[in-house]
Amino acid sequence: MIGLPHYLTVAAILFVIGVLGIFLNRRNVILMLMCIELLLLAVNINLVAFSAFLGDLNGQVFAMFVLTVAAAEAAIGLAIMVIFFRRRGTIAIDAADQMRG
Amino acid sequence: MIALLAFYLFATLTIASAVLVIFARNPVHSVLWLILGFFNAAGLMLLTGAEFIAMLLVIVYVGAVAVLFLFVVMMLDIDFSSLRSGFNRNLPFGLLIALVLLSEIVIAIGAHQAGPAFARGASAPPANAVPNIEALGTLLYTRYLPIFELAGFVLLVAMIGAIVLTHRSRGDSRGQNASRQIARRPQDAVKLAKPVVGEGMSL
Repeated sequence: MIGLPHYLTVAAILFVIGVLGIFLNRRNVILMLMCIELLLLAVNINLVAFSAFLGDLNGQVFAMFVLTVAAAEAAIGLAIMVIFFRRRGTIAIDAADQMRG
Repeated sequence: MIALLAFYLFATLTIASAVLVIFARNPVHSVLWLILGFFNAAGLMLLTGAEFIAMLLVIVYVGAVAVLFLFVVMMLDIDFSSLRSGFNRNLPFGLLIALVLLSEIVIAIGAHQAGPAFARGASAPPANAVPNIEALGTLLYTRYLPIFELAGFVLLVAMIGAIVLTHRSRGDSRGQNASRQIARRPQDAVKLAKPVVGEGMSL
C-alpha cells in the first residue's frame, strides 16, 4: 500500500536533484531556472501528498498558490535573462559582475 | 496492485527525467525532459486524488512555463558548451551538498513517522465526500478569496513586468502618433479640384 512516506521520499529525491542541478550548472541561468521549477515541483508534491493523506484540502490550495508564484517567477526570470543576453551576448552568471558582488 | 505499479512507474519516471534535466548536454533536451517530469508528477498527484492540481500542473507547467522555456532557449543564440565548463569541477561539491540535504530530509521523514507532530486539521471536508474540484473551489472562493485575488494580482504584475522588461522600440515599427493625428487639419490634407472636361486632372 502506498503511504505518505513514499510520496515524501519521491519529493525529497526530486528536491535534492534540483539542488544538485543548481550546484552543477552554476553558469547556465536557464538550467538554474529549470532546477528552481524542479524544487517547486517537489514542494508541490509534498503539499499535495500531505493534503491527501491528512484529509485536509488546504494543502492543495497552497499548492495552487505555489504554482501561481512559480509561473510568475519563470516569466520574470526569463525576461531578465533575455535583456541580460541582449546587453552582454551571454547568459553566464560570471558575466554579471558589474556590481562587484 | 495497479495503483502500486502506477505509483512506482510515475515516481521512477519523474526522478529519471529530473536527473536527465540536469545532465542533458542540450538545453532543449533539458526542457523536454522537464515536460516529461511534469507529466509524471501530475500522474503522481492524480494517484492521491488531487485531480485539479494534477490538471493544473499539466496546463500551467507544460502548457505555459515549459513552452516559455523552449521559446527562450531557441530564441537566444547561446554557445551552451562553454556554459558547461566547471560542471565536473562542481560535481564533488554538489554531490556532497546533495547527500547532506538528502540525509537531512530522510531524518525529517523518520521523525515524522515516529509520531505526528500536529493534530489533523478538520477545517476542510474529507476528500471523498464531494468531488475534489468542487471542494477546492468552495474553499478557494470563500476562505481564501483575498489570497486568490492577490495571486491574480501577482500574475498581472509578472505579466506587465515581463513586457516592460523585454519591450524595446525597434525604430522601424509603425506605432500610432496621436498628437500628429490630432494636429492634422483638413486644408492640409484634402485638396478639392474641379477638372475641366476633356483635360484630365493634374496632381
